[in-house]
Amino acid sequence: MSQIPTDLKYVASHEWVRLEPDGSLTIGITDHAQAALGDLVFVEAPEAGRVLKAGDSCAVVESVKAASDVYAPVAGTVTAANPALTDAPELLNSDPYGDAWLWKMQPADPAALEKLLDADGYAKALADA
Amino acid sequence: MLKTTALHAEHQRLNARLVDFAGWDMPIQYASQLEEHHAVRRAAGMFDVAHMTAVDVTGADATDFLRHLLANDVAKLAVVGRALYATMLREDGGVIDDLIVYRTGDQAYRLVVNAGTTDKDVAWLQQHSAGRAVAVQRRDDLGILAVQGPTASALTLPHLPATLRDAVAALKPFNAAWKDRVFVGRTGYTGEDGFELILPHDDLVSLWRALEAAGVVPCGLGARDTLRLEAGMNLYGQDMDESRHPLESGLGWTIAWAPEDRDFIGRAALERIRQGAPAQFIGLVLEGRGVLRAHMPVRFADGRKGETTSGGFAPTLKQSIALARVEAGSEGACEVQIRGQWLPARRVKPPFVRHGKVRV
Repeated sequence: MSQIPTDLKYVASHEWVRLEPDGSLTIGITDHAQAALGDLVFVEAPEAGRVLKAGDSCAVVESVKAASDVYAPVAGTVTAANPALTDAPELLNSDPYGDAWLWKMQPADPAALEKLLDADGYAKALADA
Repeated sequence: MLKTTALHAEHQRLNARLVDFAGWDMPIQYASQLEEHHAVRRAAGMFDVAHMTAVDVTGADATDFLRHLLANDVAKLAVVGRALYATMLREDGGVIDDLIVYRTGDQAYRLVVNAGTTDKDVAWLQQHSAGRAVAVQRRDDLGILAVQGPTASALTLPHLPATLRDAVAALKPFNAAWKDRVFVGRTGYTGEDGFELILPHDDLVSLWRALEAAGVVPCGLGARDTLRLEAGMNLYGQDMDESRHPLESGLGWTIAWAPEDRDFIGRAALERIRQGAPAQFIGLVLEGRGVLRAHMPVRFADGRKGETTSGGFAPTLKQSIALARVEAGSEGACEVQIRGQWLPARRVKPPFVRHGKVRV
């Protein structure tokens, strides 16, 4: 069974979102996503300053098997991409909710977060898939 | 309903991720495809390839028959036990299949053909055997296990019948030995030393378990693909098929042109193609980060173009590599288009890796 931490928000397309104390967001892909992709070998995350609309295809993660798009969970502005993933994309396999975050962003509308899935909702989305 | 090999329950026990491969429910990976790949480069791994098929061709005309059916020449197999790689072609030169043929007797051969092509291969062979003293026997009673890697031989030998051990230990590449129910070829699809063992299905399961206990790592089709790609070996259906001839698929070396009077199917077409300028088949190494995949556009500084036929991340090089078909005479700086961006690639001559060593 894949891990689904209860303190995060989720999108059915397998992104997770963490609300930081300063109101910024940290984005990554779920444990389920990394397991389905297999060994990750390449990550391309959005650059700082990029303005995202919700649902924008803005990052690519590639495993030994396939390339997969990652979508912006909410609208906002990218503040940082995770530099560690450039040389160590395998972190996505070992620590998808920790060291392997993909990017940080400032949301355009903090309330948008409320429309995302909670852990139970994401677990249900996985079960229905 | 997917077909399963005798090892299917073993794959389930090992929590393999199973996928539909040519109608067979096969393991693509167990725990980590990268670790499986490295196990074969550094130690030993084993692959269930029982979805592939052994086909025995025997009879007084067997040699003449295969000299007509295959673009490589079985007359090169001067000694019983030797093997060679060959393509079987249509009249127009399109590749029906690629295969290994072992000489198993004076007028006896064993072919190992791909899973997805077995039915058409056997039909083609049988159709052309009409009127000849040849029997084509599909050996669905046998399965195939590949054990590959620098320690594959040492780990496999103790599990072979005592009477076969010395003969197998002494096998040179592309040679086989057999006794009773056990057939062992020193062949493979990884660029490493190792064996392909052809056995009755029950024996396959017991050998798999013994090798697993001995430390041979079960490997899925994912690792098999990255290993063969690094080894510069073609995958049928991807790097060549019935619409592509060997001369544009990097397989010119497998065509035996001499003797000139050997009339193999496809020869006339290939002779014509050879006079022109067939596309070239090359290796590419992506200079920067990213992953090459099949069907990506390729361009050269001189304006000539091409397309990748296979591509992926090469775990041994820690870079991405590809095989590509490009216009004849292509020269100058090379680029590959990944998601709209042209990225520089280095043109190389495969193999990329042999016996654990990077060659490009």
